[in-house]
Amino acid sequence: MIPREFEYYAPKTIPDALGLLKQFGDEAKLLAGGHSLLPMMKLRFAQPGHLIDLGRIRELKGIREDGGTLRIGAMTTENELIWSKLLQDKCPLLVEGARLISDPQVRYKGTIGGDIAHGDPGNDHPALMLVLGASFVLKASTGERVVPADGFFVGSYATLLKPGEIMTEIRIPVPAPGTGTCYAKLKRKVGDFATAAAAVMLRMKGETVQEVAIALTNVGASVLRARAAEDSLRGKAMNDASIAEAARLAMSICDPAADQRGDAEYKTAMAGEMTQRALRTARSRATH
Amino acid sequence: MAKKQAVSFKLNGRQVEVLVEPRELLIHSLREKLQHTGPHIGCETSHCGACTVDLDGMSVKSCTVLTVQCQDAEVLTIEGFEQSGELHALQEGFTQEHGLQCGYCTPGMITRAFRLLKENPSPSEEEIRYWMAGNLCRCTGYQNIVKAVQYAAKKMSSAHT
Amino acid sequence: MAGSTDTIEREKKLQGLGSSRLRKEDARFIRGKGSYIDDIKLPGMLFGAMVRSPYAHARIKSINKAKALAVPGVVAVLVAEDLKPVKLDWMPTLGSDVQAVLADKKVCFQMQEVAMVIASDRYSAADGADMVEVDYEELPAIVDPHKSMAPGAPVIREDIAGKDEVGHGKRTHPNHIFTWEAGDKAATDAVFAGAAVTVREEILNPRVHPCPMETCGCVASFDKVTGQLTVYITSQAPHLVRTVVAMLSGIPESKIRIIGGDIGGGFGNKVPIYPGYVVAIVASIVTGVPIKWIESRIDNISTTGFARDYHGVGELAADKDGRIKALRFTALADHGAFNSHVSATKLPAGLFSICTGSYDIPKAYCRVDAVYTNKAPGGVAYRCSLRVTEAVYLIERMIDVLAQKLSIDKAEIRRRNFVSADKFPYNTSLGWTIDSGNYQAALEKVLKAVDYEGLRREQVQKRAKGELMGIGVCTFTEIVGAGPTKVCDILGIGLFDSCDIRVNPTGSAIARLGTMSQGQGHATTYAQIIATELGLSSDEIQIEEGDTDKAPYGAGTWGSRSTPVGGAAAAMAARKIRAKAQKIAAHLLEVGEGDLEWEVDRFKVKGNPAQARTMKEIAMAAHTSNLPDGMEKGLDATEYYDPPNMTFPFGAYVCVVDIDRFTGETKVRRFYALDDCGTRINPMIIEGQIHGGLTEAFAVAFGQAIPFDENGNHLGNSLMDYFLPTAVETPHWETDHTVTPSPHHPIGAKGVAESPHVGGIPCFSNAVVDAFAHLGVTHMDMPHTAFRVWQQCKALGISTR
Repeated sequence: MIPREFEYYAPKTIPDALGLLKQFGDEAKLLAGGHSLLPMMKLRFAQPGHLIDLGRIRELKGIREDGGTLRIGAMTTENELIWSKLLQDKCPLLVEGARLISDPQVRYKGTIGGDIAHGDPGNDHPALMLVLGASFVLKASTGERVVPADGFFVGSYATLLKPGEIMTEIRIPVPAPGTGTCYAKLKRKVGDFATAAAAVMLRMKGETVQEVAIALTNVGASVLRARAAEDSLRGKAMNDASIAEAARLAMSICDPAADQRGDAEYKTAMAGEMTQRALRTARSRATH
Repeated sequence: MAKKQAVSFKLNGRQVEVLVEPRELLIHSLREKLQHTGPHIGCETSHCGACTVDLDGMSVKSCTVLTVQCQDAEVLTIEGFEQSGELHALQEGFTQEHGLQCGYCTPGMITRAFRLLKENPSPSEEEIRYWMAGNLCRCTGYQNIVKAVQYAAKKMSSAHT
Repeated sequence: MAGSTDTIEREKKLQGLGSSRLRKEDARFIRGKGSYIDDIKLPGMLFGAMVRSPYAHARIKSINKAKALAVPGVVAVLVAEDLKPVKLDWMPTLGSDVQAVLADKKVCFQMQEVAMVIASDRYSAADGADMVEVDYEELPAIVDPHKSMAPGAPVIREDIAGKDEVGHGKRTHPNHIFTWEAGDKAATDAVFAGAAVTVREEILNPRVHPCPMETCGCVASFDKVTGQLTVYITSQAPHLVRTVVAMLSGIPESKIRIIGGDIGGGFGNKVPIYPGYVVAIVASIVTGVPIKWIESRIDNISTTGFARDYHGVGELAADKDGRIKALRFTALADHGAFNSHVSATKLPAGLFSICTGSYDIPKAYCRVDAVYTNKAPGGVAYRCSLRVTEAVYLIERMIDVLAQKLSIDKAEIRRRNFVSADKFPYNTSLGWTIDSGNYQAALEKVLKAVDYEGLRREQVQKRAKGELMGIGVCTFTEIVGAGPTKVCDILGIGLFDSCDIRVNPTGSAIARLGTMSQGQGHATTYAQIIATELGLSSDEIQIEEGDTDKAPYGAGTWGSRSTPVGGAAAAMAARKIRAKAQKIAAHLLEVGEGDLEWEVDRFKVKGNPAQARTMKEIAMAAHTSNLPDGMEKGLDATEYYDPPNMTFPFGAYVCVVDIDRFTGETKVRRFYALDDCGTRINPMIIEGQIHGGLTEAFAVAFGQAIPFDENGNHLGNSLMDYFLPTAVETPHWETDHTVTPSPHHPIGAKGVAESPHVGGIPCFSNAVVDAFAHLGVTHMDMPHTAFRVWQQCKALGISTR
């Protein structure tokens, strides 16, 4: 449980980090909170020759609101998300999600950007990002681009983040007042990844679903957006039957891998059950 | 071999310097080079919390932190809790409430509880269980650990009033 | 009465038997000043890293050390060939077998030890281990013990292919280890043939691992000049280690010093002798410098000391009122690739024959067949005496199965079958004599405390609404305190234990014992026993264990034997001292010994209490010239205690669970545990032990199992998958007790740490199965993970809305 040798760099600015990334190319890895990468390196599954630690770059930190958009530095930790008054008020889904990630110590180190950029289908932020309609700022030495969360996650450990790019910021439109959200996660114990989890964002108009977004964690090669389920709910009243139908549609897109948490059938069923739980809770939280 | 780097940080209030390979883990620097064997190694995969130390106001698992990341940091380990011969309220609480048996998880538990009480000075049982869930114990079943943290919370709050 | 108040005050000051005094060992632990194995550092020490097999069954075609030896810092690479000149390539096991120290030509389980890289530090050692090149030829693996005995099955142990016996009777197949039986088969079969009711169930105790917070490890240090070998080691039985190391190495036992310092939990994991220890010792003998070997967590879960893997079949025969007439239990025991199973020599299936439990069962028969598979060896008792969890699990599950068949309440069927309180000592039909018990009183106390009838009424209401609520009852009897040397030995050494007490002139004392604390608080509880026996404050009684140069020989701490055997030795040694003290007191007071009576901390003259000598005064006198003629100086004594019988702690537990049928999640709403461990030495420590044992039972029942694929690959050997519950998952425990002293133990104590584990596991399972009982389910195998419970719900068609 000892990593292979590597060189270590702790740049203080984004341009410095980008320069190092360009210099070392494939041999470099970016270090954020390190709680995915360092264990992989200790097991010698990952063996980067150069490790670029983003921890000293101040501009990658912080949570602020800017004209109806929440702007979160990619190196903001889960613990900072949890204790953020701004997020508790304006985006409680992110707080709820962060509270369900790993354990307290890991949340002091683990970062929102690291969780997203890693592309692990078991990570929780991707589903939250999808339902919140987030977008990501990706910087390269040649410039920056802003890509929507929807479409960013393309496969297992595969995202639109290109070699030479650093995710610097997460942008989330402040959910409209009255929006109900929920992240329902089934896990074996604290510290585990989800057996299955569902994120829901819901806006009601009277008894009718005005807008809804549903995303699923760890039941496919990457996070899944349950569009058919969303479509089945939109513009209609929400009741046991419509919730069950949405869950059925959500399950229909699942393709989980069997592991110690359960087989594909169970995980698929749990994606449905978590979808139901999340929809009911989001409904109870939504006002209009 | 990757070039060794000198890293200096404050350990329990004292400035220290270690010469390490970039890959050296903080737990190994503390235990092997700085003679602080209070934090223990239990799982090496950042699940058990036996290696917990306080790093710049955060509880972290020092098996998953590189020493080179600690330049200019402030690190607190179990060895820094007793002050001028006086036990910290948490150390007292763990004894009074029988919050330990084999003692292996205890330094990590106390160090974690220290940061928990800084963030939440009077936690409920449920909150203690939630915020202590990064530390595993095989002996106590946690019930007396909860009591130990409550003991310390009470003692610390009465000291402040 | 001033006198009695004074007596009470003096007694309180001793903080002896029955006092919840705080632990003496805590002072160092709360400061981070414990001294665990990885804290030991010796000058010039090198570090050993193990190279392990990626395959469960394979031939080793070649091993190339060259690249590893070229890694900076690497000093040596040891393989089986290097151990042969010192004849340490194979070692005897505690199960009368032999085990490869480093794999010789063949590996028989995944992660088997193949080579050790010795380097200047753990970083170089890891780099070196990465560079050892081993060429394997994979062979078909057997992971299912049922398949192991099939005709033509691959032979796992070619090295003993010609041996028709491995310690315990004739082998019938190359993968067969032994068959062991107890009881009267013919008489039992006859009862079954004519019984009004019979029930049968296949019941698995899956392979689990004790997984203490500290893994195993050692620092071996051989001094080439003096020939002295010192080994710091994570061992629950240091004296046995010394004997084995002497047998193995040829070094005189007097030149071997084994030191067990602070141990970060054992739970059975630290009883066996593992290859890592032996290679480190060899490496130190070869290099002449100290060698440290520390197991990683993944190595720990994968290779050292699994427990259980008992594939049982339980059968009960009863009359129509549920009175059990006969019991027939069999088990297929998967012992892995080498029979390193920890057991007493004459008891290859351990204490499995305690399986008649708390019940008066006239006829019984049990049989265990042990086989080899391509899995790690080293079967240990995980927080229980040898195979007691398996035995208790079978009977406590089967009595529920019988109750269900006859529609008798699960508490009521126990009442009908208990050995009644007036029948002790009670001889079981499988040959044990249960020392004492009062089972029904314990059960009734618990049922009242939890309002059992109310819970059953609530369950009826919940069932009507389609909700799953389960109530588990367990009334177990344990067997601990191995044990009488006429029954129990390991490698020929009787399982007695010992205590050596020396009282100093100023009235403090030091006591050394052959046991070994791993968190149980021996330094506190032994001091309390001695305090009460000698009338000296427990604060001033120092306890030492684990250093074989200091402590008298003993078999160590496992199987809850410390209090039943070590504690008895402490009391008996103290009584020898008190007997001498009485002679001294009589001499000092110029009266006959018979004129004296003992009171808390002194001998006083009967009818003249002002005339007295305190133990402190006597201690001083024992070191002066003022002693009776011919009496030796000093106030010391040693006791080697050979218990006349095992002790039999018992308990009554009730567990209430609520199950979410849509996810399979089980919530333990309530757990009430009443334990009777006889005389209670330190109630605070007892309660702590019970919390811990229940938590480990919870882990076993709800999540622990070491999974393999069909090729023998581990599918979950880190703490990501292997379930160690956190504070969030762990239920809140309620505890209670009754006190039924053991009649044969000097202070009536029985041992307690394992009861909650042994009794807890079936109680959880009984609760989970009870939740489904109305749907016709009679048994569900552990672990009751959400996934597995959901599968049950699905099979019943209740998993969807």
